[in-house]
Amino acid sequence: MSYSLKENVMKEDRFAAGHRMCAGCGSPIAVRTVLRALEPEDHAVVCSATSCLEVSTFMYPYTAWKDSFIHNAFENAAATISGVETAYRSLKKQGKLDASYKFVAFGGDGGTYDIGFQSLSGAMERGHDMVYVCYDNEAYMNTGIQRSSSTPHFADTTTTPVGKVIPGKPQQKKNLTKIMVAHNIPYVAQTTFIGNFKDITEKAHKAFYTPGAAFLNVMAPCPRGWRYPSEKLMEITKAAVETCVWPLYEVVEGKYTLNYEPKKKLPVEEYLRPQGRFAHMFKPGNEWMIEEVQKEVDRNWEELLKLCNL
Amino acid sequence: MGIRERLSGNEAVAYAMKQINPDVMGAYPITPSTEIPQYFSAYVDNGEVDTEFIAVESEHSAMSTCIGAEAAGARAISATSSCGLCYMTEMLYVAASSRLPITLAVCCRALSGPINIHNDHSDAMGVRDAGWIMLFAETNQEAYDNYLQAMRIGEAVGLPVMVCQDGFITSHAIENIELEETDKVKKFVGQYKPQHYLLNKDEPMAVGAFGMPAYYMEAKRQQAQAMIDAKDVIRKVGKEFGEMTGRTYGLVENFMMDDAEEAIVLIGSSAGTAKEAIRQLREQGRKVGLVKIRSFRPFPSEELAESLKNVKAFAVMDKDDSFNAHCGPIFAETSAALYAAGISAPKGINYIYGLGGRDVRVDSIKHVFSQLDKIVETGKTGETYRYLEVRE
Repeated sequence: MSYSLKENVMKEDRFAAGHRMCAGCGSPIAVRTVLRALEPEDHAVVCSATSCLEVSTFMYPYTAWKDSFIHNAFENAAATISGVETAYRSLKKQGKLDASYKFVAFGGDGGTYDIGFQSLSGAMERGHDMVYVCYDNEAYMNTGIQRSSSTPHFADTTTTPVGKVIPGKPQQKKNLTKIMVAHNIPYVAQTTFIGNFKDITEKAHKAFYTPGAAFLNVMAPCPRGWRYPSEKLMEITKAAVETCVWPLYEVVEGKYTLNYEPKKKLPVEEYLRPQGRFAHMFKPGNEWMIEEVQKEVDRNWEELLKLCNL
Repeated sequence: MGIRERLSGNEAVAYAMKQINPDVMGAYPITPSTEIPQYFSAYVDNGEVDTEFIAVESEHSAMSTCIGAEAAGARAISATSSCGLCYMTEMLYVAASSRLPITLAVCCRALSGPINIHNDHSDAMGVRDAGWIMLFAETNQEAYDNYLQAMRIGEAVGLPVMVCQDGFITSHAIENIELEETDKVKKFVGQYKPQHYLLNKDEPMAVGAFGMPAYYMEAKRQQAQAMIDAKDVIRKVGKEFGEMTGRTYGLVENFMMDDAEEAIVLIGSSAGTAKEAIRQLREQGRKVGLVKIRSFRPFPSEELAESLKNVKAFAVMDKDDSFNAHCGPIFAETSAALYAAGISAPKGINYIYGLGGRDVRVDSIKHVFSQLDKIVETGKTGETYRYLEVRE
């Protein structure tokens, strides 16, 4: 499909304004953009894990969701939407239903990388015709910025505070996208908000319209947890891509494709510096932390290039 | 006329499921309920039902898929036991509060630890406040009959239903059973026609709201009302079932209670043992009886008060302990039922029994009656919190 941002934003939103998410938060942008990739004639059932997104968009008696929506619990968005999708197949097969539906679940990194991991793995392995979207903001933001397995190395969170002995999160970030690739599902992609939103929109469209299970991992920064000014959101995501901290790639039927290669790979400082959660890494004597992160990014990038046959 | 067969409780429940032909089953194996999804998936794979079977990776996901499917507008079922029911617990509350009439077959089994696969009621009693209707079966026949009535009851009030039977004792033992013809079953159970559902293209729906203090309590009050309303529905459906089969059901079954001076109250398969003990004691001229609770949720408080008001002493037998240094759950609620009805004359004691599959024999029940005799003779209740047949 030929992509036009202007045409895309003219489509009627399926996610209404007036929800209670913070300004400068990546999550509602991810949701709105992903849902825009649905063809207007298709119905959808949306599921959200318990999260900032859920409590801010469906506070009784208000809802921001124009499509049918279900929230069940924190750790089971994938299982829940798989149940809805199975009901659809069953009712359709029995001739009890004629409309055409798509199914999508949204979860934060806590609800996806950690507590919802088993439910996600199960649903992906079973191969339901559904899309799971992780809006990855790299910590438990809804409960007040606690570390998750998605939190990057050295990040300052409320359960990995920068202390006198331990300088932030001791572990590296889990690579969930690759774990999802290992499920041999037809479509896996990693994306974020870049330029005219072509990358995320096209990936969401592919995810919806590839039969079977699809997984999208969307970097969706959180201004409170990452400590950046709200208006800098798009600069942060751009820096993540240009430093190769968050490469844009997709895996179709097991085949890796790199969707964007920076002309000049920027040093990780460009990504780390604007974020308060990494401020301690720039203090004199802590240069080793930045060096270590650079090594990790380089290694992951080289590995990805190999997987993409580049 | 029904069809005479010999089936285990698990086979009977799986067969009831097949006759009903629900839309979705989400299930995970656990002893002793494993056979139910096992038998049922053979029906699925042989094209004998329209049901889509989701072989999930856990009981938590089993109930999560049922919640999604039922909310979508489908009839969803599952089966589990013991730790599996525990693992579902969080989702049981969501199912009930979202008012989704899911049907869950439970083969009651002890909880760990020590790990044990045999029957008691600690699993079901552990989730007694989750908001589910809970029906208990004494026999394989009742497990089958309760299953056929479950959807009628749950769908009428918008609450999920647990159809409980005793693990191994009825789930695996083969008994004579009378099955109903499938066309009659289908007619009795009817079609599921939810008022609102996710897959209604003309009316999108949102399920599972964030309920702040301004609304949460009203939601809970409505849930409580549905459970209150379920009492009459259970009686009505049980009566209608009786008209079809000759087997009528209520919230409790009174056995030789009309002139009883001593009574036992219990739930599940031990009722059969108790009935035999009572028959033998009656032959000796003893005025003893049994109140078997069929519906534990809603709790048959009026029926119990009515049944027990004229006895001199009663023993409530709990196949589970609340570990409150006081009593098991059925004793607590039975006592509360009597107190609420202003009945204070009967002296009541509580026996914790049959934990982890400890055998309950006719002599065990006779022993309980012998203790009630002493209470009646001396007028002294003594310790109310007792363990039956345990090495101390």
